[in-house]
Amino acid sequence: MTAIVSLRNVVKRYTRGKQQIEVLHGLNLDIEQGEFIALMGPSGSGKSTLLNLIGGLDTTTAGEVFVAGERIDQLPSGRLAKWRARHVGFVFQFYNLLPQLTAERNVELPLLLTKLSGAQRKKNVQAALAVVGLSDRAKHKPNELSGGQAQRVAIARALVADPTLLVCDEPTGDLDRSTADEILGLLQTLNREQGKTIVMVTHDPKAAEYASRQLHLDKGQLVNGEARAA
Amino acid sequence: MKFIPLVWSALWRKKTRTIFTLLSIVVAFMLFGMLQGVNSAFNATVDRANVNRLIVASAVSFTESLPYSYLSQIETVPGVEAVSHQSWFGTYFQDPKNIVFSFPMEADRFVRVSSEYQIPPDQLDALRRTRTGAIVGEDLAKKYGWKIGDRVSLHSTIWTKIDGTSDWPFDIVGIYRVADDPNRNSEFYFNYAYFDEARSFGKGSVGWCIVKVSDPAQSASIAQTIDKHFANSSYETETKTEKEFQQSFLKQIGDINFIVTRILFAVFFALLFATGSSLMQSVRERIPELAVLKTLGFTDQGVLVLVFAESLLLCVLAALAGLAVAAALFPGFKDVFGVVRLPPAVIAEGVIMAALLALLTGLPPAWRAKRLNIVDALAGR
Repeated sequence: MTAIVSLRNVVKRYTRGKQQIEVLHGLNLDIEQGEFIALMGPSGSGKSTLLNLIGGLDTTTAGEVFVAGERIDQLPSGRLAKWRARHVGFVFQFYNLLPQLTAERNVELPLLLTKLSGAQRKKNVQAALAVVGLSDRAKHKPNELSGGQAQRVAIARALVADPTLLVCDEPTGDLDRSTADEILGLLQTLNREQGKTIVMVTHDPKAAEYASRQLHLDKGQLVNGEARAA
Repeated sequence: MKFIPLVWSALWRKKTRTIFTLLSIVVAFMLFGMLQGVNSAFNATVDRANVNRLIVASAVSFTESLPYSYLSQIETVPGVEAVSHQSWFGTYFQDPKNIVFSFPMEADRFVRVSSEYQIPPDQLDALRRTRTGAIVGEDLAKKYGWKIGDRVSLHSTIWTKIDGTSDWPFDIVGIYRVADDPNRNSEFYFNYAYFDEARSFGKGSVGWCIVKVSDPAQSASIAQTIDKHFANSSYETETKTEKEFQQSFLKQIGDINFIVTRILFAVFFALLFATGSSLMQSVRERIPELAVLKTLGFTDQGVLVLVFAESLLLCVLAALAGLAVAAALFPGFKDVFGVVRLPPAVIAEGVIMAALLALLTGLPPAWRAKRLNIVDALAGR
């Protein structure tokens, strides 16, 4: 197996007022291509920080982050943005769809940064909405969708540009149990059938069960090695 | 082009706010179009003034008359080619709202000095032959449906006749045209002889003299000679070029340019804050959404351009709407300003102003969006 994500001695410190807070302390991690990782741990353990570093949303204080063979922790902001567009699909807890755009326009957003023609973009959008089972909701705006449907649109948006990995931050945190199971099932299908590498932050042990591997983070360090899901 | 739906939808995210902001810009640019249009048209009139002509008026006031005998004396000044005269008649047609710019004149003197007026020779002859004859500009004739042979009556607010009435009947004998200055096609000229005989006071006087000089380079010295000639007389004169005369005439109304500039400055200053705060508020509300765009791979510069494009689209669209309203309303004020249509230069100037407004109001929020830190913005910090 090939490590698609590698973190070496990663340190992350934040400055809050006059205080320096170290969130990650020399963290090492490898994630293989096609893995579905559930990143767990108590609040403040550094899960979201780690996810932001893997997704190229934030930079390290020290250490190295390699994703898809490219070192991203030293990329300047403009190149990092372009790298994100090419390699990462994001799914957020609160969906973060643009309220004024229809579902299909929301899904189309990452494709606006590509050189695809309008017709090709439309085709890809329809395909992504079909994958999440929302072809009939293409013209609906986010406020006309249920929470589960909105999260499916967000997943379609994350998928549409065919990224190297999906980064999900509490994707079921705002959903009821049965809807959460649908979303997690969808992520699992994407992982198993399309081979998508997924890194998911969650507090929910039931959600973590859908992953192929669980990582536990506490006080900025991975604890007890890495537990494989049953 | 592919980003336009994104910009457009962001603009209409809060419809009510956008409509009010849009309306405030529309009204401001409508005002800009009307005021700047009048200003520009007045300036154009001044710019079109004939360099070969001098205006001799009373040194005391433009409204003071000069003796008719001055014409023959001015004709003796070296360099003077021809002399004509006019007087302010101050009339309206049927209703005080229908102001008619009318002037008594002598046909032969008039055509020698004001050769830009195109009057068919037979109509000019008819004017010479008809004591109550009048020639009218083609626009004025069209406005009231006048044609040759019609008898019309104008009411003068200044001049009463010997019989005590102020209604002056005229026979329209000709219709003239000034090709390069359409603003002059709304005037009304009639025989001085009729005016002088019929008026109850001021006989033997003229409002001002119009002097055609053979060499414009000599205008200053000719003007000096004329004024010197009438110095220490009962009716001292002040001679100016037609351009200077037009300028001073307009200044009697007020310094149009000064007034217009100050009003527009105040309007745009207020608009700057109104539009600026509206755009800033719009960006503040959308911080998480802008952070999402950055997350998806939009660069800092890309987000800056998107936000700035919203401001540009809003300002330019609203400005064009405001200018269109001004252009549509403009002909309605022809009687007040004497201007036919909104000059195209004003529209171009308006679009530049709109772009400047967009730059000043759009740049601060766009800059804020550019500097947005994704992690902080998504975390609501």
